[in-house]
Amino acid sequence: MSKPKIASDWMCGCAGCHMSLLDMDERILKIVELADLRATPITDLKEPDESGVDVGVLEGGINNSANEEVAKKMRARSKILVALGDCAVFGGVPALRNFCGVQAALRRAYVEAESNEEGSQIPDDPELATMTETRAVHEVVDVDYNVPGCPPDPDTIFYVLSELAQGRKPKLKDELLHWD
Amino acid sequence: MSVQKITIEPVTRIEGHAKVTIRLKDDYTVERAYMHVNEFRGFEKFCEGRLYFEMPQITPRICGICPVSHHLASAKAADALTGQTPPRPANLLRELMHMGQVVQSHGMHFFELAGPDLLLGFDASPEIRSVVGLIGANPELTVKAVQLRKFGQEIVKTLGGRKIHPIFAVPGGVNKTLTVAERDSILKGVDAAIETTQIGLQIMKEWAEKNAEDIAKFAVFPSGYFGLTTPDNALELYDGDIRLIGADGAALERFPVADYLDHIAEHVENWSYLKFPYYKKLGYPNGVYRVGPLGRLNLAEKIHTPLANAELQIFKSLNGGKPVENTLYYHYARLIEILFTAERVRVLCEDEDITSLEILNTRKNYVGHGVGVLEAPRGTLIHDYTADEDGKLLRVNLIVSTGHNNWAMTTAVDSVAKTYIQGPDVPEGALNRVEAAIRAYDPCLSCSTHAVGQMPIQVDFVAADGSLVKTLTRER
Ligand code: SF4
Repeated sequence: MSKPKIASDWMCGCAGCHMSLLDMDERILKIVELADLRATPITDLKEPDESGVDVGVLEGGINNSANEEVAKKMRARSKILVALGDCAVFGGVPALRNFCGVQAALRRAYVEAESNEEGSQIPDDPELATMTETRAVHEVVDVDYNVPGCPPDPDTIFYVLSELAQGRKPKLKDELLHWD
Repeated sequence: MSVQKITIEPVTRIEGHAKVTIRLKDDYTVERAYMHVNEFRGFEKFCEGRLYFEMPQITPRICGICPVSHHLASAKAADALTGQTPPRPANLLRELMHMGQVVQSHGMHFFELAGPDLLLGFDASPEIRSVVGLIGANPELTVKAVQLRKFGQEIVKTLGGRKIHPIFAVPGGVNKTLTVAERDSILKGVDAAIETTQIGLQIMKEWAEKNAEDIAKFAVFPSGYFGLTTPDNALELYDGDIRLIGADGAALERFPVADYLDHIAEHVENWSYLKFPYYKKLGYPNGVYRVGPLGRLNLAEKIHTPLANAELQIFKSLNGGKPVENTLYYHYARLIEILFTAERVRVLCEDEDITSLEILNTRKNYVGHGVGVLEAPRGTLIHDYTADEDGKLLRVNLIVSTGHNNWAMTTAVDSVAKTYIQGPDVPEGALNRVEAAIRAYDPCLSCSTHAVGQMPIQVDFVAADGSLVKTLTRER
């Protein structure tokens, strides 16, 4: 039997959940032995295989049009979708933006900041994604496993990935489950 | 004239969300290439109204690769805001944590992110051109690289309880001492870290020799250089004044970090969520400068640790003592900095004060405004807070390392596209080189836009009227 395929991507997060994945240190070699790491931010394939992957992992919430596309594509191409970390599970720290609103945040950064050149405007080139409210992954697509933590421990990530890679259902409890 | 366009999306093996568009002329030569940073989170705004002491916990969530930089810059801004100068041992401990982070961040970048281009080749298949390919090609080196990163991360965890988003620095100092046993265990790892870094240097030098032609034509351009230095102009990552030199190496400015607004400003372009800082006196774009490893080594006249200093002399000779302008030498400069930080870990751990119990100054002299600056792995990081008399934040301004390099990355992308793309057939390796131009700066785009993410690659040739001429997709 061929190895199960894993793909991952990041959206509105901080890369910390992927760093925590790398913090499993030497055990990353074990993951590579158990599974085939396909498109991820640290490999060079640009998107999850069109033919599908067994496990898709998403870090970060969804706060713009580009993230929405990433989430939908990952969902469509993954048998099992994992939301990794607080940002993906419920929005996390970046969801604080919902309290002040997108427009006020953009104005502060591009128009009002004391270091800005006079007359600066909010970028709006059509190449750029459009900002939206910040949402958890499950608010946009169906999620099979929510793994909270900011970030989740390397032990938790190792446990979840190795269980899924071996066709078992991970159950988070005790030390493996936390939200901080 | 019909303009056509190539899009590279996402740029991989960098931290964050960028896409590149390359506009082509009729004859398929490059008109101009752009790097768009495609994310925005708005930390400055949503932190308004929070209490200043929450910031060392909130701002690390800007970036999980260098959370320690934000944690410490934030604590330094809070020290100034409340007028609590940390005692010497606290500064040593903060710097030790910072050194741990620089080792892990630089080490990961060289071996795991950019390394595959050097070790497996720019033209290797994207299927293997990554750390996974590296595991297959050289498992022994990969394990060493993993251990180097672990050495740095363990220092962060020893002090801050966890590797990512540690809880350690507080206004006026830190919340935990270093025990003798912990110190000894850190010291034990220094030699191996230096050894792995030296392997990296060896790889870099051999690669540079074989690819001298690429290095000489790959995004080489003049700019100013900006960063912290010691009073005697040596390499410094945690504290000190900011120094700026011109393209010819001549000193332009030296100023206390709190005065940053007198000297730099940020330019906004419509096509990127990342702003473009520049030296006010020269204006934009004449006043652009570079930061990070290459910038810092161009600024530094010496390094106060022996191995790194010896390597610095070799670096300086690359351009006859003038600033080194080659983008690909960022990798070399980064390795020299790992040597420095590993050596610096030893110096700090051998300081008597490192295990002192004097770690917190609780006496306040409340000012209500504070600027905290340090050299993050990727360059100068500025946190600037203003609070009311209750400690509630009124204004937050952040200028992050990758921002300072925004102009340089865009210029590098443009230059590499013009050098390597000619004619309608664009080889995958040429596109990877365009990405490598960005990768050399090791951008932390989640820091810079205060966000991250990415999307698939596709190369669209679009005519001026918007119609699609042809599409290339990367091999998969
Ligand atoms: S959950 Fe925490 S560590 Fe993960 S992306 Fe969000 S802020 Fe970063």
